[in-house]
Amino acid sequence: MFDLLEKKPVILLLLAAVVIMIGTTVTMIAPFKWINDPSQKIAGVKPYTPLQLEGRDIYIREGCNNCHTQTVRPLVADVARYAPGSTDGYSKVGEFVYDQPHLWGSRRTGPDLARIGGKYPGAWHYKHMVDPQSMVPKSNMPSYAFLKQPLDSSITERKMKALGFPYTQGELDAVKGKTELDAMVAYLQKLGNDIPWRKAAVAGPLVGDLKNPFAGNAAGGVEGKKLYEENCAQCHGKDLKGDIGVPLAELKKTEGEIFTTIYQGLDRLGMPAFGDTLGKEKVWKVISYISSRKGEK
Amino acid sequence: MGVKTGYSDEVTKGFLFWSIIWGLVAVLVGVLISFQLVFPQLNFPPFLTYGRLRPLHTNAAIFGWGIGSFMGMFYYITQRLTKAPIWSLGLARFQLWLFNLVIVLAAVTLLMGYNQSKEYAELEWPIDILVVILWVIFTVNILMTIMKRKEEQMYVSLWYIIATLVGVAVLYLVNNAGIPVSLTKSYSAFAGANDANVQWWYGHNAVAMVLTTPPLAIFYYFLPKSTGVPIYSHRMGIIAFWSLIFMYLWTGAHHLLWTPIPDWVQTLAMGFSIMLIAPSWASVINGYLSMNGQWHQMRDNYLAKFFIFGITFYGLQTLQGPAQAVRTFSAFIHYTDWVPGHVHMGALGWVSLILFAGIYYLIPRLYNTELHSVKLANAHFWLAVTGQLIYSISMWIAGVQQATMLHATNADGSLHYSFMETLTEMYPYWHMRAGGGVIYLVSLFIFIYNIIKTVQSGSATGETARATGAA
Ligand code: HEC
Ligand code: HEC
Ligand code: HEM
Ligand code: HEM
Ligand SMILES: [Fe+2]
Repeated sequence: MFDLLEKKPVILLLLAAVVIMIGTTVTMIAPFKWINDPSQKIAGVKPYTPLQLEGRDIYIREGCNNCHTQTVRPLVADVARYAPGSTDGYSKVGEFVYDQPHLWGSRRTGPDLARIGGKYPGAWHYKHMVDPQSMVPKSNMPSYAFLKQPLDSSITERKMKALGFPYTQGELDAVKGKTELDAMVAYLQKLGNDIPWRKAAVAGPLVGDLKNPFAGNAAGGVEGKKLYEENCAQCHGKDLKGDIGVPLAELKKTEGEIFTTIYQGLDRLGMPAFGDTLGKEKVWKVISYISSRKGEK
Repeated sequence: MGVKTGYSDEVTKGFLFWSIIWGLVAVLVGVLISFQLVFPQLNFPPFLTYGRLRPLHTNAAIFGWGIGSFMGMFYYITQRLTKAPIWSLGLARFQLWLFNLVIVLAAVTLLMGYNQSKEYAELEWPIDILVVILWVIFTVNILMTIMKRKEEQMYVSLWYIIATLVGVAVLYLVNNAGIPVSLTKSYSAFAGANDANVQWWYGHNAVAMVLTTPPLAIFYYFLPKSTGVPIYSHRMGIIAFWSLIFMYLWTGAHHLLWTPIPDWVQTLAMGFSIMLIAPSWASVINGYLSMNGQWHQMRDNYLAKFFIFGITFYGLQTLQGPAQAVRTFSAFIHYTDWVPGHVHMGALGWVSLILFAGIYYLIPRLYNTELHSVKLANAHFWLAVTGQLIYSISMWIAGVQQATMLHATNADGSLHYSFMETLTEMYPYWHMRAGGGVIYLVSLFIFIYNIIKTVQSGSATGETARATGAA
């Protein structure tokens, strides 16, 4: 049979097309029936507002997806890092139904952003996008200061219509006069927030007495200083005097209370949780450092 | 070829010339983005930031350098294997012109940020339409040449060419389906996990139909031509061909392991990826066995070196790929630098080595002369392989180290390293990779110099004239 094919280009072509279509049908066409099935729907997941959609389009224009992914895998380390404090904060199929195109990405040069919404206060993003190294000194993320330019809203409505997203005139008007950076931050703050993964978060292993194992141990404070500079200074200031975050030099709380704040974060107030990324020991070291500077003006 | 053939190689020359230019652009941009990852000050917003340059790098490499050379070589090979002239020289000339237009438009629009965001399908819809026209012209011209052939039996290279023509057409049309909202902006026709699954059906099979079947067509044609030994087993070639194009299409989801697409799609992808070792290695072994008794050519014939190293890297690539498709291993190395290590062993070690060999074979024949310097060709070879190995090996080590750090946990279940701690560990490796890229760039300059000198020493009438005159 094959010998015959070698003399019949048209049949060879058609047969090749058929052979290609078998795997295509099973693994590409058929899954349309299962993916985004109504049973996978998540009620809380909402389409993008005009401002968020413009932000998303800038994300696409700038190719942020070349460095950032947007899917948290159901792996211990992925969930701990990118949906901290939760056990089931990994990405669900129903979360992406409004994503045309998807922005899952294939490379994590930077961290995953699927659950970035609400992790930081807006002010942090504005500073970080303009000058990433000012917030995270060794970052290699490019500066996007030019996003302070005005947003072009001339086709916003056409975009909303093309995607079939609901919108109000008020929302459209709200886009006018905004900068591209405003749109970007609005988009980032929406990401991952449509499902209550934070509420599902477990309290974390905060049982037992919260006593600083490094109390009175100078070495703990030295390492704590380094950790503070890497993780906290961007918001609380190099001298603990406060910036995006509150001043830490005059805290009136016990070390145990401070530990809980740092470990679990202050949800929606813009204080990220550090329990999963730093762990108990390092959090105590930072506290040793903060305590060592208590009362400084 | 005793008879007057009337072959025309003018478009082949044109495609090879332009593909080398685009290859140079791709590597220059590759080196630039490698440095941007260690020196973020090298981003010059808005046009020259990493996020816009990386797609330019991949598009220039795959479409400019890869497809450009394939088009030139396919025209050459098809005429020889069918013993018929190009069906329409006019169309072929137009195709060369349109090809360059598309690549220039691609470069400009990508830098301006017009971008569909899907990997290897970034170009916006008006350019997609031009690409479709380009591909239809190419397909019709090659197929009509085959229809009018004077040699009844079609050699294996022609099957791979036919599969490429059909495969690329199907993939490109489906994955680029979109909803335009303006001349420079469109949205994908598919949403969320569906879109991801279509994208990686496309992305993975772009590897099959652009980075595998065309270089194989070239390998099967030029290896015997360059070494004087026939392909070891025709039968093995047939079986490998059909099983390769059958299996590839099942495996796209190995780019989506652990993501929210259905488990069974992932499992099928994993299984078929492992099965793919067989047809892939059939070509590798076919190449090796052809060299039986001729291994001394690895020393004496610089072209043999390019081909045999090329097929060897293909062999390694098709063992590494299936390993990456296993869920447990993917959980570890997915998203890390391991993957660019894999990509560039294939792109530099397999695809580019085969293309270099094809060009070295063709240029002296097309210009009726001898290669300017075999010594320089050898220098090119060793520098290119060195640069590539530095790239891939440093990235594999980097990938494993980063994966280990990202997954490390403390006794209380918390993560041992912050993201930034893992990132700063990558910088030394990224410096090394950039160094490997510079070495590769130097090798490319040597190659280009050698080709220019060869062309200058030749005459415009090459093999066509010779074939017409001689017995
Ligand atoms: C060259 C790769 C690169 C590009 C391109 C890039 N980033 Fe980043 N990004 C990083 C790295 C590395 C980090 C981690 C260090 C830091 O916070 O700066 C990061 C961090 C972030 C964070 C904070 C994440 C967290 O959990 O702390 C956000 C938000 C972000 N990037 C958004 C963007 C957006 C939006 C774009 C596109 C306009 C973008 N990035 C482009 C590399 C990149
Ligand atoms: C993204 C910015 C940001 C980062 C990074 C950050 N914080 Fe905060 N932090 C805040 C904000 C904002 C608040 C105030 C919340 C509120 O309104 O009460 C806060 C509050 C606190 C509080 C509670 C203060 C009080 O009055 O009770 C402590 C303690 C604290 N942070 C410690 C830290 C430590 C230690 C780190 C580093 C490991 C850190 N923070 C990193 C933003 C940040
Ligand atoms: C030696 C010269 C080259 C250098 C220095 C280089 C550098 C790079 C860099 C830095 C990246 C981004 C990696 C990342 O995301 O972390 C990249 C991606 C890529 N390059 Fe190259 N490159 C070179 C040559 C080529 C060539 C010749 C090809 C193709 C024929 C190619 C194909 C690709 C592809 C397909 C990707 C995307 C990989 C992915 O998504 O994982 N590169 N390259
Ligand atoms: C049997 C053959 C092969 C298999 C099973 C295979 C498998 C894989 C897998 C599983 C990945 C995803 C890695 C990850 O992101 O975790 C991958 C990526 C990739 N492979 Fe292969 N591979 C094969 C051959 C090749 C060949 C011959 C090339 C030619 C250059 C190639 C080029 C690529 C590219 C460009 C990517 C990156 C895609 C992206 O993320 O943008 N592969 N491969
Ligand atoms: Fe693949």
